[in-house]
Amino acid sequence: MARLIIQSPADVRLLDSGMSVGEALAAFNAAHPQAGGVATFLGKVRPDEDVRVLELTHYEPLTLPGMQQLADKALQRWPLDGVLMWHRVGVMHPGESIVLVVAAARHRRDAFHAVDFLMDYLKSAAWFWKREKRPDGWHWIEPRAQDFADRNRWV
Amino acid sequence: MAVRVLFLGSLRDSADAPEADYPAPLDWQGLLAAVPAAVAEQLREPHVHVACAGKVLSDKADLAAQDGDEVALLPPVSGG
Repeated sequence: MARLIIQSPADVRLLDSGMSVGEALAAFNAAHPQAGGVATFLGKVRPDEDVRVLELTHYEPLTLPGMQQLADKALQRWPLDGVLMWHRVGVMHPGESIVLVVAAARHRRDAFHAVDFLMDYLKSAAWFWKREKRPDGWHWIEPRAQDFADRNRWV
Repeated sequence: MAVRVLFLGSLRDSADAPEADYPAPLDWQGLLAAVPAAVAEQLREPHVHVACAGKVLSDKADLAAQDGDEVALLPPVSGG
């Protein structure tokens, strides 16, 4: 297997097929040898008996640059060694990974905060559109008030 | 040549197509007149944004798309 090269300080990717979480974490950890802690969040398609598949669409000119700007905000706000943000697009099944967010820092609290912050913004402000296929057809997912409330904790 | 307009998210269903080409130049009033009525109705909603040539417009009414520009119609995002 080719060795995974992690960009530092921010490794931001859109993936159209499955992500290898273990490999990503190992490479990210190796890329930040000075970190005292690495916090990780893995978001998955929530198993729900009515949901057959989930489809995430994006808009290339906005989505990836927006994620990179978001990573930069986290790097400015907390003393981090680095962050990793990988997001799936396309069709996913329940139980599959959608998003992997990782932060490395000298001290754990900064890493925890950065991951929490990045997830709140990814959920409410990144350029993704989501729809679910249920037995009666496709349904677009609307933003939830809770997603905006979560994001506003950081203002 | 033309302006390519992309219908993102649920607007794709409203337009019954992922994209359409309209004559350039294209301004806000021209866009509202060109797109299907169901799309125009949603475009007037404040939470629907418009990007032109890769930049989100702070005011949709400022749209001034030129020949070859890509315009993206952006409904509210639904979270990662």
